[in-house]
Formats: sequence, structure tokens, C-alpha cells
Amino acid sequence: MEKDDMMLDELANKEYEFGFVTDIDMDISEVGLNEDTVRFISAKKNEPQWLLDWRMKGFRAFQKQDMPQWQNFEMPEIDFQSISYYAAPKKQAKYASLDEVDPELLKTFAKLGIPMSEQKQLAGVAVDVVFDSVSVSTTYKEHLNEMGIIFCSISEAVKNHPELVQKYLGTVVPHTDNTFASLNTAVFSDGSFVYIPKGVRCPMELSTYFRINAENTGQFERTLIIADEDSYVSYLEGCTAPMRDENQLHAAVVELIAMKGAEIKYSTVQNWYPGDKDGKGGIFNFVTKRGACRGDHSKISWTQVETGSAITWKYPSLILQGDHSSGEFYSVAVTNNKQIADTGTKIYHLGANTKSRIISKGISAGQGQNSYRGLVQMGSKAKNARNFTQCDSLLIGDQCGAHTFPYIESKNNTATIEHEATTSKIGEDQVFYLNQRGIDSEQAIALIVNGYAKEVLNQLPMEFAVEAQKLLSLTLEGSVG
Amino acid sequence: MLSIKNLHANIEGKEILKGINLEVNAGEVHAIMGPNGSGKSSLSSVLAGRENYEVTEGEVWLDGKNLLDMKPEERAREGVFLAFQYPVEIPGVSNINFLRTALSEIRIHRNLPPLSAKDFLKMTKEKQELVEFEAKLANRSLNQGFSGGEKKRNEVFQLAMLDPKLSILDETDSGLDIDALRIVSNGINKLRTADNAFVLITHYQRLLEYIVPDFVHVLYNGQIVRSGTKELALELEEKGYDWLKEEYHGQESINTK
Repeated sequence: MEKDDMMLDELANKEYEFGFVTDIDMDISEVGLNEDTVRFISAKKNEPQWLLDWRMKGFRAFQKQDMPQWQNFEMPEIDFQSISYYAAPKKQAKYASLDEVDPELLKTFAKLGIPMSEQKQLAGVAVDVVFDSVSVSTTYKEHLNEMGIIFCSISEAVKNHPELVQKYLGTVVPHTDNTFASLNTAVFSDGSFVYIPKGVRCPMELSTYFRINAENTGQFERTLIIADEDSYVSYLEGCTAPMRDENQLHAAVVELIAMKGAEIKYSTVQNWYPGDKDGKGGIFNFVTKRGACRGDHSKISWTQVETGSAITWKYPSLILQGDHSSGEFYSVAVTNNKQIADTGTKIYHLGANTKSRIISKGISAGQGQNSYRGLVQMGSKAKNARNFTQCDSLLIGDQCGAHTFPYIESKNNTATIEHEATTSKIGEDQVFYLNQRGIDSEQAIALIVNGYAKEVLNQLPMEFAVEAQKLLSLTLEGSVG
Repeated sequence: MLSIKNLHANIEGKEILKGINLEVNAGEVHAIMGPNGSGKSSLSSVLAGRENYEVTEGEVWLDGKNLLDMKPEERAREGVFLAFQYPVEIPGVSNINFLRTALSEIRIHRNLPPLSAKDFLKMTKEKQELVEFEAKLANRSLNQGFSGGEKKRNEVFQLAMLDPKLSILDETDSGLDIDALRIVSNGINKLRTADNAFVLITHYQRLLEYIVPDFVHVLYNGQIVRSGTKELALELEEKGYDWLKEEYHGQESINTK
């Protein structure tokens, strides 16, 4: 036990590696939230009237809503009036090459290990970098353009492809969905937009890195991905945030739409600042992500590795409308120190012969609390629908917690629903066995945890999987049980 | 190579080793026998550095280095290998990946350059053949779903890969059928060199028919009460341990008078 405590202490004293602040002039709106704030943001971005109107609807919905109270933790007080809702780097020009980008910014990316360079090109990844709120660099656009693929910031999409944005925005996550989604609707700053035309297979992984940089700046990303009939796209989202004392709110909305025969793979590695060992600081990550399999034989797959944030509140969901459509949810959520994660998925089977698969791996260390919350709903028309759920929890140490809240609702007697769950503890015997082969305890834990999470990590694109493995080890460093 | 001097150790406050003395030289095979609860497995755990044992007295030296000052992984890197009586299962961690990690730590410690993937795989194949370990087992998750015999054979395979100075085999023969016992023993015999040493902990003389020891020690009540050559094992087989127990208690009562 003594050794455990020492290790836990060591871990607790480890500084967040990515905690630093980039000194770039920011263009920040005044703090506070009212109709004028919404108008200010919309005006700053030269938006059309329909978008302002929609933002206003979102704002009014936000005003009427209460904070959700059903989650397995006490909702922190968030003073929405003390947040600044718009921040953009001052240099907004688009650059032809990286040489023209603010060197401070490049340094930041280097520290984060974001390979926005030639290496990335070799790896075949086009990166749409969102630095705080506005895109500063988009690569590969031309190559993708030739195939008819649109990959740009959502602001650009509003300017250049308003008909697509207007047609699909808010159709999966309505402006009334929940407090945070409504807030996002009102004040979203930027985000990514992807459209894959009929029959096109996107030849590269599309990826975006998000990062919170300005103090007291809420981060409200909006992502919209549309895969038209028989198309395919794999999209990666990854992020790290610099150290802050004040809690920062991150309330993103992601909407995915898959038409007939289309497939979308959406992968996330989330590493926002988790707060210090006493739980001070850290990001509140309240995210609404939802995908709609609109057409027959369409498929959407969510993969997430959640290692950061003080609080993660996130349930990437799926609406399986089309017959024979299918959905997957693969998740690894790690909580250490005082981190809280309440995460899982909701899958609505509406169409006939729809299939879904849920693999959730929770890892709790320190005093971390990890909850899996899931809903599998079989509609009356979902003939022969099938779901398989596996929900595992791994505990490290004796002060953490793992909780599962699986809900199953079936209105169809032809549906098949399977649910498996396990809870285990990293054994001293396992760690000692690896020690006895020359492997130290840190590395032993990393091996065991990565083995445990393998089924999920295997779903990630190669280079992301490596990053995710490192993150898992980093997050759990020292937490020997 | 290994020098144990007056080693005393407790577990949960109870003294379990009561003054062990043992010298093991390079090239030697020692067998440690003894009845249940005599402290055989505790000795192997203490040597490997399991944390719930507390050493209260004595010294353990490995080639002039103080073993008791080292963490378990440092002992392993110095060349102490424990073949576990009950090898653990670690789901999702491939045997090969685990061995590669272990080997690379040990090579770093020995100032050897890292092995290329190609050389590592070549070595894996050679050692698999040497100890008759199936490739399909090597590629599976570490011990997961292995039979008792397969787990023991995996220990010997790991031993072959990591090439330790001192190997302690904790009842590696238990739970093996006669064929598996032969395979495990052949493997160990092939791994014996003039530079390494083996300590075999066993209940039964049977193993010693396959791996012939240079010395046999009998552990009873936390002490080595008798040492001899391989003939001692045969004598034990024939007469059991009771005569040694009686002798020991007789001696003890004389000492206390």
C-alpha cells in the first residue's frame, strides 16, 4: 500500500505536459451572453440572415432550458456571463505556405507534436487546423476539390456552399436538443465542414486539431459531415489544451449524416487539460455528438479515446433510420486524480435489420469516477434489429469508481439485444509478473491498460492509435494499483 | 554467483524464512525440496523481490551486487529469472510484444544495442524450436486461455528468450503430464551453460530424473536442514520427509537445552 501511495503521489505531482500559453494577439469579444453577443459573433463572421435567425432560435432555447441533472456527478456552477464567446487570432489571412504562418503558432503546434508538415503529407492526412476559433490553415484542398470533396471550416462553407449548410445544419442535433447544444447553436465560433459527393471514397483521413488557447474563452465548435450516397470518409479529431486555472467550457456539437450506402468513421482522441491533482482547473467538456444513418445500408462508426478534461459529458449517438444500416461505438475513457467521465452512447434502431455494436472500456485511477451511460432502443419497425454491447471497467487503486447505467428499450419482439459487462482490477500479481521480466511498473501498467483497451484502439487509424497509446500511458503514469 | 547469507523474511509479521544460507556457482544446478509450507516458494518470492515479503535479516548477493537493494525489475535486468508456479494471464497483451519489451529493457541494462525486428523474430523462432513452444501460442495474448502445461512451457520459452544468469524454477513440474515434463526438462537442459545457474524448487524427485542437479537441499521450517548430492533426492523419495523433521526437532530441542 505504501508503494501505491508513493506512486500515486508521484503521479499527482506530475505537471500537465502540454500546459503552456501561446502569446498571440487575440481578437476577443467582451465577456457576457445576450442577444447582442450572438449578433456580434454573426456580424464578425459576415453571416447571412438565415444563420443569424437560427442562432437566435438557439439562444432563446438556451434561455428556457435548465442544466441537465441526471448525470452521475454534481453539475458544476457555470457562469455563462463570465465567458467571452468569441476569440480569433488577429492574423486572419490565408497562407500559401507554412512559412507565412505566425512562428509563435507553429511553435505551439510543435510542442503539441502536431505534425502539420511535409511528414503529414507523406502520411496522407489533410489537416484543417482550428486554433481557438478560426481556421488558419487548410491543406490538400485542391486535391480534394478535384474529387468534389469539400473539406473546410464551417464559416467558409457558409460563404461558399450555403445551400448545403442550410439544408443539413441542425437536422441531426436540433437547436432545442439540450442546454449545451442550444448554447452552441447560438454562439458557435467555427469548426469543420465535410461533404463527400456520391460514390466518392475520400482517399485520405481528414483531420482537425482543436485547441483552447485564450483565457476565459469558451470553445464552441460545430462540425457537420455529410456523406452522400455510396461514399466513404474517415475523420479524425484530436486535441490538447494548455494549462489554465479557471475552468473552461467546451461545448461542441458534431453532426454526421450518412446517405444510402455511405460510411462515416469518426475518431476522437481527447486530451484537454484535466485540472491539477486537486481537481482545480481543467476543462468542462460537454459535447453533443450524433450521427444519422439516413439511407439504407449506411454505416457510422464512432471511436473515442477520452483521457483529458476535468469533466467529460459526452454520448456520441446514432439514429439508424435506413434499413440494414449499422452503427458502432468504441470507447476508451480514462479518469485519474479527480477527473469525472460520464460517457456512453444512445443508439436508436428505427429501420429494419439494423445492427449496432457498443464496446466501452472505462479505466479509473486515482480518485477518478467513470460512468458508462448507454441507451439501446429498438423501435416498432426495427424488425430483426440486433445490438451487442460490451461494457468493461478497469480499476487501478482503491479510491476510484466505475459505474454503469445501461438502458434497454425494445418495442419489437424480433429484436436481439445482448449486453455483457465486466469489472476488473489491475492485479499486483500482473504488475509483479511484468516487473520480474525487467519491465518497470509504469510500463507494466501501460502494457496492461493498452492490452485491455486494444479492441478499441485497433479501430483507430494507425498513427492515431500510436498517439492514443502514448496518451493512455501518460494519463496513468504512476498510478500503480 | 548467488550468495545467500542468514536470510530471514516475514510475511504479514510471520517469520517464514529463518536463516537461509546458500551458495550457487555458475554452471551449477541446485534443487530445493521440502514438504508443503516449508518456505520454498517464499524463498523464490524473496529473491525475486515480491513486495509483501519483508526481509528482516541477512544478505543476498548476485555477482557481488546487493540484490536486496534492487527493485524487482532491476533484479530481473541483472539476470534473475523466476519461472512462476502460477503464471498470470494478461489479456490483450501479446506474448511477443511483452517479450520484446522485456528483452529491450534487459538489453539496455546490459548496454547492448536494440535488436532489429528481423533479428528479434529470428531469435524468437530459434528459441521456440529449442524449447518446443508452438508459434501459435507465442502470438497469443500472454497466457490467456493457456492450459496449465502451456503456461509452464511459456515460462521456459521466456527463460530461453531472456537468457538470465540465475533461473529459479518454482514448481515448474507441478501440473505437468509426463510428455510436458519431458519437453520442459529438455528445454532447460539445452539452456544450461557454464555461465548460468538454475535453482529448481520441487516437491518431487521425478523432475530430477530429467534435470540432474549438482546439489540437493532440503528446506524445512524456513531453514535448509540438509544438503547433499542427487542421491539425497532418491533417499527422500524413498523415506519421505518425516525422518528429517524428527532429526530437525531433535536438534532443536538439544539446542534449546
